Amino acid sequence: MLIRKLGYSALATSLLLLSGCEGGVLDPKGQVGIDEKYLIIVATVLMLLVVVPVIGMTLYFAWRYREGREHEIYDPKWAHSNKVEAVVWLIPIVIIAILGALTWYSTQKLDPYKSLDHEHKPITIQVVSLNWKWLFIYPEQGIATVNEVVFPKDVPVEFKITSDTTMNSFFIPQLGSQIYSMAGMTTRLNLIANEAGEFDGISANYSGAGFTGMKFKAIAKPSEQAFEDWVKAVKHSPAALTDSSYAQLAQPSENNPVDYYGTVENEMFQHVVMQFMGNMKHHEQPEHSAHMSMQAED
Amino acid sequence: MSAVPETLKFASDQGLTGDHNGGHDDGHGEHHDTSATTLFGFWLYLMTDCILFASVFATYAVLFMNTDGGVSGKDIFDLNFVAVETGALLISSITYGFALLCAHKQQKAGTLLWLLVTIALGCVFISMEVYEFHHLILEGNGPDRSAFLSSFFALVGMHGLHVTAGLIWMIVMVLEVLKRGLGTQTVTRLGCLSLFWHFLDIVWVCVFTVVYLLGAM
Amino acid sequence: MSLLGNITLDAIPYHEPIIMVTLAVIGVIGLAVVGLITKYEKWGVLWHNWLTSVDHKRLGIMYIILALVMLIRGFSDAIMMRTQLAIATNGSEGYLPPEHYDQIFTAHGIIMIIFMAMPFMIGLMNIVLPLQIGARDVAFPFMNNLSFWFTASGAVLINISLGLGEFAKTGWLAYPPLSEMSFSPGVGVDYYIWALQISGIGTLLTGVNFLATVFKMRAPGMKLMQMPIFTWTCTWANILIVASFPILTAVLGLLTLDRYLDFHFFTNDGGGNAMMYINLFWAWGHPEVYILVLPAFGIFSEVISTFTGKRLFGYTSMVWASGAISILGFVVWLHHFFTMGSSADVNAFFGVMTMIIAIPTGVKLFNWLFTMYRGRLRITVPVLWTLGFMVTFSIGGMTGVLLAIPGADYVLHNSLFLVAHFHNTIIGGAVFGYMAGFAFWFPKATGFHLNERLGKYSFWCWQIGFYVAFMPLYVLGFLGMTRRLNHTNNPDWNIWLYVAALGAVIIFAGIILQFVQLYVSIRDREQNPDLDGDPWNGHTLEWSTASPPQFYNFATLPKVHDIDAFTDMKEKGIEYQAPDEYLPIHMPSNTAAGMQVAGAAGIVGFALIWHIWWLAIVGALGIVVAFIARCYANNVDYYVEPQEIAEIEQAHLANVASVKEELV
Repeated sequence: MLIRKLGYSALATSLLLLSGCEGGVLDPKGQVGIDEKYLIIVATVLMLLVVVPVIGMTLYFAWRYREGREHEIYDPKWAHSNKVEAVVWLIPIVIIAILGALTWYSTQKLDPYKSLDHEHKPITIQVVSLNWKWLFIYPEQGIATVNEVVFPKDVPVEFKITSDTTMNSFFIPQLGSQIYSMAGMTTRLNLIANEAGEFDGISANYSGAGFTGMKFKAIAKPSEQAFEDWVKAVKHSPAALTDSSYAQLAQPSENNPVDYYGTVENEMFQHVVMQFMGNMKHHEQPEHSAHMSMQAED
Repeated sequence: MSAVPETLKFASDQGLTGDHNGGHDDGHGEHHDTSATTLFGFWLYLMTDCILFASVFATYAVLFMNTDGGVSGKDIFDLNFVAVETGALLISSITYGFALLCAHKQQKAGTLLWLLVTIALGCVFISMEVYEFHHLILEGNGPDRSAFLSSFFALVGMHGLHVTAGLIWMIVMVLEVLKRGLGTQTVTRLGCLSLFWHFLDIVWVCVFTVVYLLGAM
Repeated sequence: MSLLGNITLDAIPYHEPIIMVTLAVIGVIGLAVVGLITKYEKWGVLWHNWLTSVDHKRLGIMYIILALVMLIRGFSDAIMMRTQLAIATNGSEGYLPPEHYDQIFTAHGIIMIIFMAMPFMIGLMNIVLPLQIGARDVAFPFMNNLSFWFTASGAVLINISLGLGEFAKTGWLAYPPLSEMSFSPGVGVDYYIWALQISGIGTLLTGVNFLATVFKMRAPGMKLMQMPIFTWTCTWANILIVASFPILTAVLGLLTLDRYLDFHFFTNDGGGNAMMYINLFWAWGHPEVYILVLPAFGIFSEVISTFTGKRLFGYTSMVWASGAISILGFVVWLHHFFTMGSSADVNAFFGVMTMIIAIPTGVKLFNWLFTMYRGRLRITVPVLWTLGFMVTFSIGGMTGVLLAIPGADYVLHNSLFLVAHFHNTIIGGAVFGYMAGFAFWFPKATGFHLNERLGKYSFWCWQIGFYVAFMPLYVLGFLGMTRRLNHTNNPDWNIWLYVAALGAVIIFAGIILQFVQLYVSIRDREQNPDLDGDPWNGHTLEWSTASPPQFYNFATLPKVHDIDAFTDMKEKGIEYQAPDEYLPIHMPSNTAAGMQVAGAAGIVGFALIWHIWWLAIVGALGIVVAFIARCYANNVDYYVEPQEIAEIEQAHLANVASVKEELV
């Protein structure tokens, strides 16, 4: 019964992995990721309650009622039973009802747009996906970084995300949820790191030739002071993010190194978003922008 | 894009099934009336066409406000002009109905006359649409100007392509009626074309309401 | 303007040794095939009996041959990807640069879904469905031929892209703005668009054709709720085709306008909205997976009830469960992009709707279980595929429900977990089903049996290979590996990537064994004939015909009184009754019009890909002219005379009698 063994060992491996491994979504370092990990475990266990018996029954019935077992009952016309039918509809309905409730509740709770419940006021970081690198703008600090995002642990972070190119997905697996970055609109993502450390960040949506190298490091500093120190250090960087240096940065490049901008032109992020919104100044189209932002907030 | 071949495919298939029925009846209960099968198949095809239009309508509904700083519906729609266009198409549906009535009564001359009137009205409609498109493009309001204009040209243009395909089909049918008279196969084909033509009328009523009337308001 | 549009010598990828070797191999095989056909003087047979045939059974076989050829192509892509990822670890670049690799994963997806799975499914449906409902052919036999050639045209286009130009580097979804001119200026996306568009129209026509067949051409007495279950699941799939393929036609058309005429539907600038593409694409794409899997469910039902020697348990439940899956399949498309930023309510709604599909699917699993209950299951190759499916698909269904929970999807979306999930359902669901159907109906279609032992070997390679190849991908998904990466640099992932590559090799062995099985079975066909046409003691009408079936299917149309119509006849002892006299049968004639029209469509596609405008116009005119010519063609039909029918029928009845004698 190779199938069964393989099936079970696969399941066992998955379960083993659920209990702990390094990196990845089952080794979360932030509240959002932790909640999502437990959601996955609970849902999987609930489903296994049905799946394991079904697999077992499949193999058992096939074995028991195979050809040549003449002592077993053979009932070729037995094709309907209200009792059995009621049970086979009821079991999946019950499981799905429970899972559905769990889904509804967890989706509200884990909504990426929702600010996290936390005593700390969140810090805002603006994210722009470019070909093929990530630009992070810190509006409150007035600095910007490329392919490295830094924030203190235990402080909620609100990411505002857009794209100056194709669609990407902003994802730090160990902190939890991902969200798409799309040109001309702003998506949002609320995350928090509960531990200090350096986490892998990726684009989780294929975006062309340099996609594989579109990685960044997410660094959670052990304290707010450490974060402030880091900001200060970045501010010493002579580079400034202006229209022209931005245009240069936006040129396609692969495996871009980490880079720092000590100063950032005002409203840089808004400019990136608005460049796709048409010629608003020359024409009065208020509903236009309302529509677009509505989509973004959707 | 695919509208032209699709519509004709059925006409061609009738070549098979229509003959089936018209030429020789099987006598031993070749289960179903093949003419009915053809009409049913054609009706199914129209449902797929309906979904095709629905997809483009949905796109228009999403994009019609995305004028990119360019013109919007109320800047470019001339309702009087479109009303004439609409009138031509609606009347053509009625005249096609007369053609089909004549065909069922086996009146060849009447069928041909009404078909020609329908073709003339269809040509009026298409000419006006081409004029409108041409005019818009000349003024710099072509489909490459904004998402709104893209979806406008695509939706109205797709309907126009269907009407054009219908007109070609109708011309072919005129020749068929002239050469072959009004056999069962020919009448079935006229029946399919009638479904198609009325369908395009209904689609146009939706286009007129959603695009032009709501757009001009 | 050049007469050849944008084609230049540079469009041929000389510098890619892999491609050039592949082309050389294809060339050698092609020449060998041509040589063999010439040597044995089979050109006439090929042309008259196959290429121009309007016979649904022959079209079905041609569909399956197309599917098997494209399986080789699609699988070559797969094994190249797995080896690339096994080699390109620890920062190594591997042997496939993104330029090439990105085309491979795009082509793999499109080929496997559109040019392998779809033709396989449609091929089985072609062979079986008209026989199951006791019809002499489909409603529109010429259109059926045309559909096949549209599919073949699309397949030819996608294969031309191998040696001329490039294929899309966008992923099989071709999401804009990446697939727009500004980010993908080459011909790759244009190949994608036209290959998909042309074959899609073929599929759409198939859907219309088979719906008309099922609703208008059932044998006398057969009520809708007496149709065999495979026919029912195909009918639901056809309803889905008719309702969803126009959306694909539309969305590809809009992308075409963007790329060719500078429209702004999905562009970043000009007010375009790429999200609209993603919504429309999945409004087709999600029903598409049910189009693939529902007929497979039907096959499993037929296989289980035949080989247990029992009636299918819960027929009515099965029919309505399939219907529920079909309808729900249309209201779940948003689960493909929970991470787009929709509100929690919207995401939760689509998540719950998706899960609800697990209910009718679960019911189906239970019904198969209870069909086995108190049966006498013969463990044949089709049964092995079915049991393998029931185990594998349960796991695939479970991971699917997990992905349907938005909170879980936020971390699993686009990861290798997702890749593992959909291979788990499409291979473990659809492909296993087609393999079961292939082994089940092979004797019916050809008149001889497949080699059972090689079939079992092949099954075990597929089954084991599947787990070895895809279970590691679930793990890699949890480890945070996203899809479509060209190379990796994470030591924790390496072992899983190696194991997955090993699994692909095992599946490769399974595929080779299948071709060996096919070769051996054809070689030994004289020893393994299916004489009486009912090798498995079947329930439904296809088993009442000879193997291969008479070209007119039924000399007299059967009268149906039961779901298991043929079993019912056997019980009444009237299964092989000859009528007092035969009546002439009206049949459609073969025609080359389908090839002409679809060939012209292929030429239009090719011309548009390379911007050869004059050729596009010529091709388009060719389509119209060939259609109209077909409309007014004479010789579209003929009559089979009673004498010929009597001879064929008597030969069949004699075969049946000889088999019965042997049994006694």
